[in-house]
Amino acid sequence: MKHARPVHLKPPVAFSKGLTTLFLASLLPVALLTGFSTAAVAQPAVPVSQFTLANGLTVIVKPDHRAPTVAHMLWVRVGSMDEVDGTSGVAHVLEHMMFKGTPTVKPGDFSRQVAALGGRENAFTSRDNTGYYQQIPAGQLETVMRLEADRFANNRWPDEEFTREIEVVKEERRLRTEDAPRALLSEQATALTFLAAPYRRPIVGWMSDLDAMTPGDVRDFHQRWYVPANAALVVAGDVDVAQVRALAEKYYGAIAARPVPVRKPRSEPAQAGMRRLEFKAPASQAYVTLAFKVPKLEAADLAGASSAASASAPGSRDALALTVLAAVLDGYSGARLERALVQGQGPDGRIADSAGASNGLLGRGPQLFRLSGVPAAGKTTPQVALALRQQVALVAQGGVNEAELKRVKTQWVASETYKLDSVFSQAQELGSNWVQGLPLDANTRLIAELRTITAAEVQAVAARYFGDDQLTTATLLPQPMDPQRKPRHPNVAPRH
Amino acid sequence: MIFATKKIAVNAILAGATGLFCHISAWAAIPIQHWTLASGAQVYLVESPAVAMLDVQIDFDAGSRRDPPAQAGLAGMMAGMLDKGVQARQGAPALDENALGVAWADLGAQFGAGASADRLNFSLRSLTEPDLLDQAVALAARGIAEPSFPEPIWQRERQRMQAALKESYTRPASVIGRAYAQAVYGAHPYGQDVTEATLARISVVDLRAAHAAGVVACRARISMVGAVTRAQADVLAARLLSRLPQVPCSSLPPLPEVAEVEPLTQPEEKRIPFDSAQAHVLIGQPGFKRADPDYFALTVGNHILGGGGFVSRLTQEVREKRGLTYGVSSNFSPGLHAGSFTVGLQTRPDQAAQAVALVHQVVSDFVANGPTEVELQAAKDNLMGGFALRIDSNGKLLGNIASIAWNNLPLDYLDTWTQQVDSVTADDIKAAFARKLQPEKMVTVILGSSL
Repeated sequence: MKHARPVHLKPPVAFSKGLTTLFLASLLPVALLTGFSTAAVAQPAVPVSQFTLANGLTVIVKPDHRAPTVAHMLWVRVGSMDEVDGTSGVAHVLEHMMFKGTPTVKPGDFSRQVAALGGRENAFTSRDNTGYYQQIPAGQLETVMRLEADRFANNRWPDEEFTREIEVVKEERRLRTEDAPRALLSEQATALTFLAAPYRRPIVGWMSDLDAMTPGDVRDFHQRWYVPANAALVVAGDVDVAQVRALAEKYYGAIAARPVPVRKPRSEPAQAGMRRLEFKAPASQAYVTLAFKVPKLEAADLAGASSAASASAPGSRDALALTVLAAVLDGYSGARLERALVQGQGPDGRIADSAGASNGLLGRGPQLFRLSGVPAAGKTTPQVALALRQQVALVAQGGVNEAELKRVKTQWVASETYKLDSVFSQAQELGSNWVQGLPLDANTRLIAELRTITAAEVQAVAARYFGDDQLTTATLLPQPMDPQRKPRHPNVAPRH
Repeated sequence: MIFATKKIAVNAILAGATGLFCHISAWAAIPIQHWTLASGAQVYLVESPAVAMLDVQIDFDAGSRRDPPAQAGLAGMMAGMLDKGVQARQGAPALDENALGVAWADLGAQFGAGASADRLNFSLRSLTEPDLLDQAVALAARGIAEPSFPEPIWQRERQRMQAALKESYTRPASVIGRAYAQAVYGAHPYGQDVTEATLARISVVDLRAAHAAGVVACRARISMVGAVTRAQADVLAARLLSRLPQVPCSSLPPLPEVAEVEPLTQPEEKRIPFDSAQAHVLIGQPGFKRADPDYFALTVGNHILGGGGFVSRLTQEVREKRGLTYGVSSNFSPGLHAGSFTVGLQTRPDQAAQAVALVHQVVSDFVANGPTEVELQAAKDNLMGGFALRIDSNGKLLGNIASIAWNNLPLDYLDTWTQQVDSVTADDIKAAFARKLQPEKMVTVILGSSL
């Protein structure tokens, strides 16, 4: 049964060190769920502290004493978008190699020591950031802070550790991308959508770049980007601020300050015409995605907005209205796309087996509004694409009603309360907001902003951003299985 | 999660586990309240007032193990149809699927149903603001008791599921999972294969009958965690079941017994040619039942063998030392019957034989010799030290409470959990694994291209 679901503000894509946290990919959107305060329930505000160490490292602390556990996360503002051609995937490979030791911690001992504390740990890489975390019993914070600060500053490993681990990463790529037709489609569609913006490269990296990667590539990336002023420590749970501050000064404060490298803009040139991709892969069901280039919410607009005055920049207003539009189309069971395409309430009957809409809203790079669908038996991807766009056109022509608007806001309110259940997801929200340059109270501000979005604004963005010229359409063309076919990628012997 | 006194309780348990303190308070406990409703339903409650929300899970003995073989998938499809409309009854109007979806969205609440092999479960998450909670419970009660199973929507949902099934035949993990389940479980319902044909044999009459037979008030196990008192919970629980027939279990015929899983008699190796970039491997056999007295020895042992993440033996041997895979793990899945013991991994096809041989060697060695004392201590440190991480949110606690309710575990199960782990010895693990696992008779399924 489908739960009424909140709108995802981030694409649920992340690669991680271990299978155990595939869940993280689905949690990431939760980190940015937004809500509205209604008459429902006012939760007591839990104060969050933020300060900066002398070397530039940001520290964010959210005490929450309901359970004797702590989430310790280190966020680095570097992800696949900071890579360059030829070494795609290096941010993620580095994330794996961070578990391979320092001068004082042998390969594998990081994980052994965290396990001995009763801890759970993993790491994740996305387009915008890399993150490392441990969930530990209260009282064990100092050990993980010492270990994490050590590998941040002193990650060292022999080449043979890399030689083995790069094969693990290739297996990860095979598992999540090569054998997942819709992931392959998405990878190529993204590369077609963005020509210059670094989002065009896959997070895990092209296979050929993984084949050619060297230990030096990884060490250089670490040396370049893992500087204190490019990182934030987030600690949430059964701690107090003074204790965290003292430990942070002791362990992270000892790392030498270095400048954060200059980031070149690599701006995406204007798109002036539809792009189309057809992609053949073994599958039974076809699939189509439509990605429209749209404005994003600029962090400065949100940071500058007061509760009385809304973010005035038109692009940011539009980004917020597009998020409301996505929720009206696909934010709950029985929303517009489901009724029109999956249930078949229109004149053409049932068109799709599933249909979805999402808006990017926030990110270091350019954002997209996505529509997607799987054709029902006997229907085609052009029919699905047309029906999806017709639903947007209906909003452009007729607007949305107040009940729909209120409904999506109500769900966001409720999810604001539900997310308090997990200290870990609160730490995730604080970290991902820091990556975007947002203030500590970003979610409160976002709520205030979204509350001001009117039905007329939703109608206006539906009319404005969904023409052909900013669109990339990608279609999966299902192919029959061939068990006797040779492997699609020749087996490459390890080179290192 | 829980309020201050329980936090102290959890701290006390941890202190005992890690030896930091000598005393565990006599009252140190996760206070689970348990009572029986007039209908016969069993209620389990942990009060957790810190966040103004309530989580409820209701379990019934109506999982897919009770599906007729010719209609495999019945329980799951029935659960999937429960949000597709409720009947008009007792003055309340009928609601179609969209009216229901809108009603739940407007409450900001989440309601769902699902079927596992053993259980049919309903779940409800709501804010505890009185008016919202009142409406959510009223709507959930209708969803539990009065689903309408509309014929056209069943036709549509079956089509969608059949299309999804066909798609799953193109996905390596789905294909090997089916073949493996049939090899391990044979004719037992745990291994039943849901196909387009078995779905085609299910009608709305069957859905209604499965609902009526399975969703019986006196057999419900209701688990609740949230910002409600016992008095409130008692009323809410009764209301959730109030629209079901209030028939005492004593006047109902007992549910039919389900046969046990048969042990394997000989090893089997299946190779499935498949066009994929990776070979997939599953190795295993029937495992043990949740009620087995070896539960803790097997749980701790499997943590060492392949359940404990990056430091487990299998991960060390297959991934860390040789770089053969991204993920390898072993797990037991104990239920009302002997759920499988399974080792799974994926690797480049040309490495599959090496990986399979390595897993067989690691498992055989573990069964023959058990863990080392160093491994045992490391596992205990992780399991006992990390106990609080198993219960540090309402969501996690609910899963534990529901497991206690479903498996008839003692109410102090969570309070004694670390002691139970601590009491396991290396010899216990070796003996328990020798009783449960026969490496020489395991099933090995390998799927991939050019094997």
